[in-house]
Amino acid sequence: MQEAMIKRAKELLADGTVNRVMGWKKGEFVYDTTPAVFETAEELEKEFVCNDFTQANLSKYLIKESRKEGKILAFLKPCDTYSFNQLLKEHRIIRENVYVIGIPGGPKLDMEKIKAKGISGILDVKNENFTLKIETLYGTETMPFYEAVSGKCADCKSKKHVVYDELIGEDGDVLASRRFDMVEKLENMTSQERYDFWRGELSKCIRCNACRNVCPACTCENCVFDNPKSGIDQKAAADSFEENMFHIIRAFHVAGRCTDCGECSRVCPQNIPLHLLNRKFIKDINSLYGEYQAGADTTSKCPLTDYDTDDCEPSIVHERGVE
Amino acid sequence: MQVNENFEPVIVAFCCNWCSYAGADLSGTNRLNYPTNVKIIRVPCSCRVNPIFILRAFQRGADGVIICGCHPGDCHYTSGNYFTRRRITLLYSMLDFLGIERNRTRLEWVSAAEGAKFAAVMNQFTEDVRKLGPNRRLEDLRCRKQ
Ligand code: SF4
Ligand code: SF4
Ligand code: SF4
Ligand code: FES
Repeated sequence: MQEAMIKRAKELLADGTVNRVMGWKKGEFVYDTTPAVFETAEELEKEFVCNDFTQANLSKYLIKESRKEGKILAFLKPCDTYSFNQLLKEHRIIRENVYVIGIPGGPKLDMEKIKAKGISGILDVKNENFTLKIETLYGTETMPFYEAVSGKCADCKSKKHVVYDELIGEDGDVLASRRFDMVEKLENMTSQERYDFWRGELSKCIRCNACRNVCPACTCENCVFDNPKSGIDQKAAADSFEENMFHIIRAFHVAGRCTDCGECSRVCPQNIPLHLLNRKFIKDINSLYGEYQAGADTTSKCPLTDYDTDDCEPSIVHERGVE
Repeated sequence: MQVNENFEPVIVAFCCNWCSYAGADLSGTNRLNYPTNVKIIRVPCSCRVNPIFILRAFQRGADGVIICGCHPGDCHYTSGNYFTRRRITLLYSMLDFLGIERNRTRLEWVSAAEGAKFAAVMNQFTEDVRKLGPNRRLEDLRCRKQ
């Protein structure tokens, strides 16, 4: 896969279709992969990487990159194409300046899950027939591939590319995922249990803002959380209220636009299950206003900027029976 | 939960200028009683109510928050309250999901002619919140009065 991508990128650079390539760059270890822009064939040869750890969604970077001189090549996994499409819909990316090559998605691996097995001093990780061969300083270890699959890939919603100029590999289908199971489980708890669950999670937040910074739906030039008059800008929460506030407002701001790309939960250093907040909104929107997948197209109306005169009343929430 | 009979909840009511605020006014001129617990904040349209307003109200000491607007179809700006309805439904559902008591939030449509409805809604909502006791799950300790 990586070889085919480098080969195609070099061709497109050489024939002048693009003048830059957006991909991932090798780090010190096999699992260190960072989004990066490459300008020459030599750089691609030396540093370009696409492996089981290249999880990062590149679409948000294209907001800035598409405003630069010339066209850029971007490699997008199926989930990333949803984010890309949503950004096109919001007029954030200049489409003519991006050449999209769709590549197969995961399942990608989560290094933390390998380390959690007590495996340390990791030098290399290879997937051999769905068994991971892990070279470490202390010898070779093995573990089943599926036990190391990242959270976002475990709940994959679609293997289909919704936008591309060309594909490397096969296109897939929308999947019947079980991504709402945990939301449902929480819904069936009592109000007090839910409160305790979320207190336990949200109180871990250190307000590093990584979830906002990585989110392809959070692209405001002036974010409310950067407003010095808001009282909640750029600082750790001083009270549980502020923790709740940050998360409620951020989730609300991306409601109807969040494609469920999974980046927020992936980058959270505190492992807060942020996807549950987004999925709660997605689930509610689907059941109250009709099935809607953000980023699936560029023409449909976002459910929150639309209405129906027969919409349900908010009392539907209060009628859910005893707490 | 223990119910403190002397507990006087603070209720913040966001009322749209064109219907509900006028409805509140009418209930006053008709000498109908509604509890002094209710603090009215006038907004140009129910859809002016940003979720942050609601959270701020809870932060600064509200025990319940109610939004009032024109009946669907009657919004002064034609469609504002239709957007309100979707947003607020989703927001209230999210607050419920986070374990905030669902009866602390409400939305009612009150027209300028419905002075009696305004009083009845406020009496009922104040009683519902009184039963829940003080807002503890979405409060800011730094803002607590006692
Ligand atoms: S990434 Fe995690 S810790 Fe950082 S602000 Fe977001 S939720 Fe909080
Ligand atoms: S909120 Fe999270 S899952 Fe949704 S678009 Fe943003 S990063 Fe992706
Ligand atoms: S949190 Fe809200 S204001 Fe900030 S970037 Fe995200 S959507 Fe924009
Ligand atoms: S003006 Fe009353 S709800 Fe819009």
